[in-house]
Amino acid sequence: MPIIEVNGLRKVYGDRPVVDDVAFAVEEGEIFGILGPNGAGKTTTVECLGGLRVPDAGTVRVAGLDPRADRAELTRILGVQLQESELQEKLTVREALELYSAFYPDPADWRGLAERLGLTARLNARFGKLSGGQKQRLFIALALVGRPRVVILDELTTGLDPRARRDTWRLIEEVRDSGVTVVLVTHFMEEAQRLCDRIAVFKQGRVAALDTPDGLVRRSAGGTVISFAPSRSLSDEDLAGLPEAATIERRNGHLTVHGTDTTVNAVISLLARRQITAHQLRVTDSTLDDAFLELTEEQEH
Amino acid sequence: MSASTAVLRAELRLLLREPFSLFWIVAFPTVLLTILGLIPAFREADPDLGGRRVIDLYVPVNVLLALLMAGIQVLPPVLSGYRERGVLRRMSTTPVRPVSLLAAQIVLHLAAALASVLLVVAVGRIAFDVALPGQVPGYLLALLLAALSALALGAAVTAVTPTTKSTTVVGSIVFYPMMFLAGVWLPVQAMPDLLRHVVEYFPFGAASQALDQAAGGSWPDWAHLGVTAAWAAVLIAAAARWFRWE
Repeated sequence: MPIIEVNGLRKVYGDRPVVDDVAFAVEEGEIFGILGPNGAGKTTTVECLGGLRVPDAGTVRVAGLDPRADRAELTRILGVQLQESELQEKLTVREALELYSAFYPDPADWRGLAERLGLTARLNARFGKLSGGQKQRLFIALALVGRPRVVILDELTTGLDPRARRDTWRLIEEVRDSGVTVVLVTHFMEEAQRLCDRIAVFKQGRVAALDTPDGLVRRSAGGTVISFAPSRSLSDEDLAGLPEAATIERRNGHLTVHGTDTTVNAVISLLARRQITAHQLRVTDSTLDDAFLELTEEQEH
Repeated sequence: MSASTAVLRAELRLLLREPFSLFWIVAFPTVLLTILGLIPAFREADPDLGGRRVIDLYVPVNVLLALLMAGIQVLPPVLSGYRERGVLRRMSTTPVRPVSLLAAQIVLHLAAALASVLLVVAVGRIAFDVALPGQVPGYLLALLLAALSALALGAAVTAVTPTTKSTTVVGSIVFYPMMFLAGVWLPVQAMPDLLRHVVEYFPFGAASQALDQAAGGSWPDWAHLGVTAAWAAVLIAAAARWFRWE
């Protein structure tokens, strides 16, 4: 049974629906990504999961609980990291961790969390004196300190440098491996591709696609890209015979072919048959970036 | 340690890190009393005041000033800041309700104000020979009702202002007339009759009369206690009605 179930969720501000008939289910122990452009309704959706907003229509269940009606039970099993929430300016990191530990019946060891998130040297620093990345890491620690069954992370690694980002990803993977379900709202494709088991792509308040990262990439037209500089030029006839090639481009003696794995194999055997050497040979997958842009672009054409 | 105790302890530490807030609540009323007490004429019996001295009247006035400082001047920007910066919102996702944060702040400001009250009364007694309150239960009741009014007024100011900035501005605007009602510029007991009869119907004017009567040794007029209690009730209702969590 899914641990999170959302059905027909709708939230209207003024007369503009920001979330419109959203439905998805998250399985226990997965990292579920919510991806989408600004204003697509991602944050509003997770705020409904966390009980911070009352949906105008639809149902939300987290571990079988209604986020508004069963608030007391829900908050004990849910960890949340929010955008636009701060702590008391003069509260130190240590005090914040101790305070939030005291909120939960069976808290995690906050020292271990602080260590994992690189906060140990800043335990006596006041919240107001922390850098953006340090504040972010403290919020992640506070979201995890209650040993939640489900954790919602809104813009997990915004403001973190590349090393801290990678460390945080490892931590989130460990959290997932310990059986915790993670809902991750993100802007970073690399993060979504690396971490998420499944991704819901939001567009204008609706779920435009829901699939694994690989599934989303496969759906996109780009597919696999092979590019190289041939030692001798290839005839148009040979190129036209390549199977499943979507587009072929010649530029400055460089050849770029969009296609599938079959196309790549055909190119390689063609080069071997013609005894042509391929310089600077690159085979790349079309990325989640491409898939994302394709899914969320305005469908005017 | 229970969650509410943890919140109270954290907020106590934070209050102790605000030297200016502590100065205005705990020290300033006593400083003002001392300055007034150093004026020789204020330490002489005044026939217009029924043989009492001006400094005798100013002990209850500065007691009220301590409550006003805590309730209207210092508390509202703290609450408003917690709301504006998302501190309440963050807490509402935990098993602890954000109302416990507000409650902790109110209790701590009340405690700071009561410490200030003790200091004012003690300095009045020791330095200027002002008699201790004669009717202690009556004094405490009047004090409690006045404190509730001051804290509720501060909470109401927080409720109707959306940002920390506007809360601070409105708090200051409200603060001055309340100081007048409490008798900071002219003790209520020294006001002309007509003015005094009007002021008695406002929260701190009535409290000032009640405190003065209890200080003098008699049970305060039920009318003064009733007016103060009614204002406290109205202000608490207003704060509860209009307070927004975000």
